[in-house]
Amino acid sequence: MPVEVVAFCCFYCAYAAADLAGVMRLSYPPNVKVVLLPCTGGVDPLYILRAFEAGADGVFVAGCLEGQCHYQVGNLQAKSRVRYLKRLLDEAGIGGERLEMFNLSSAQGPRFAEAAREMTERITALGPSPVKRPKAKTAEVAS
Amino acid sequence: MIIAERKPLDAILGMMTPYHKVLVVGCGTCASVCLAGGAREVAMLGSLVRMTRQTNDEPIEVAEATVHRQCDKEFLLPLAAEVEAADAVFSMGCGCGVQLLAETFPQRRVFPLLDTKFMGVTLEPGWWAERCRGCGECVLDRTGGICPITRCSKGLLNGPCGGYRNGKCEVDPTVDCGWLLIFDRLKELNELESLRAILGPKDWSHGAFGQPRRVVRDDVRTSAEEGHV
Repeated sequence: MPVEVVAFCCFYCAYAAADLAGVMRLSYPPNVKVVLLPCTGGVDPLYILRAFEAGADGVFVAGCLEGQCHYQVGNLQAKSRVRYLKRLLDEAGIGGERLEMFNLSSAQGPRFAEAAREMTERITALGPSPVKRPKAKTAEVAS
Repeated sequence: MIIAERKPLDAILGMMTPYHKVLVVGCGTCASVCLAGGAREVAMLGSLVRMTRQTNDEPIEVAEATVHRQCDKEFLLPLAAEVEAADAVFSMGCGCGVQLLAETFPQRRVFPLLDTKFMGVTLEPGWWAERCRGCGECVLDRTGGICPITRCSKGLLNGPCGGYRNGKCEVDPTVDCGWLLIFDRLKELNELESLRAILGPKDWSHGAFGQPRRVVRDDVRTSAEEGHV
């Protein structure tokens, strides 16, 4: 079962970079689900928690390069939130390493594909989110 | 406002261990403004608790509600049905909210999810500082609007202790010397002379560490009973 990764992407950079990756015919893991946001400063910590609660194995937030946010500091706010949420996820036993922040520009299509691959490899190595019930157990109950 | 901080998740999960359906109640006033127990914090905690319990194969149902403020009964009474439906109630209000919830719904266990810290102000988003100890007899008129009880680590009433270094307190070098702040403020206001007046011994029986305090306004209260706490 492939892992599920949700990517919260800023309209001005990462989303455009993902688009460019497509135009450049670059392949990246299909299990990355992209969510468009006007700015990563709009990433409510609750969106990320809800993603994990709904079954995501990993989440990444992709915003503009530092100093280049269309709204001045949205990406820096997202960075602090991601740092805080990593602590919360560690506290909850889910693991802060399942969440990451990437910074890239709209011209960096290959970088988006690389981030998607990097995150998918990391989450695959970590295994499915502990929030999900282990498949073996479900099978046991069923039998 | 009252500043509070959420308890560590481990402690919260420990309190929730025996229960399978809980109600988490946020407070829309102080706890909300200091980002400790408003609607958003209730939702985040609910999510974290559900995920952790799910991970441990002990699923829990977390109902969420946030009232305008927990320190007035009229805002708590509409929660009756939700409280009835839950095994236990967990408050994300300050200590006052927790207690009034417990008084209002004596049939349910009520637990605190926050540690109530102090009465303070917002210095910047995410940074709060204490400004009032509730001593019961305000002396701010004599000290240029800076509280010596709160801002001086030793709560001195008549000038600094002499232990400050470079304007910082000897108790904690990251804290400004309260009396130096008062001196500078009064100097700016051309009121240094007022420091010559000695503040007499303070009656601490009006302070926080005696009997529970009360304020009664006979022109406002509706019951005719003797005021009791």
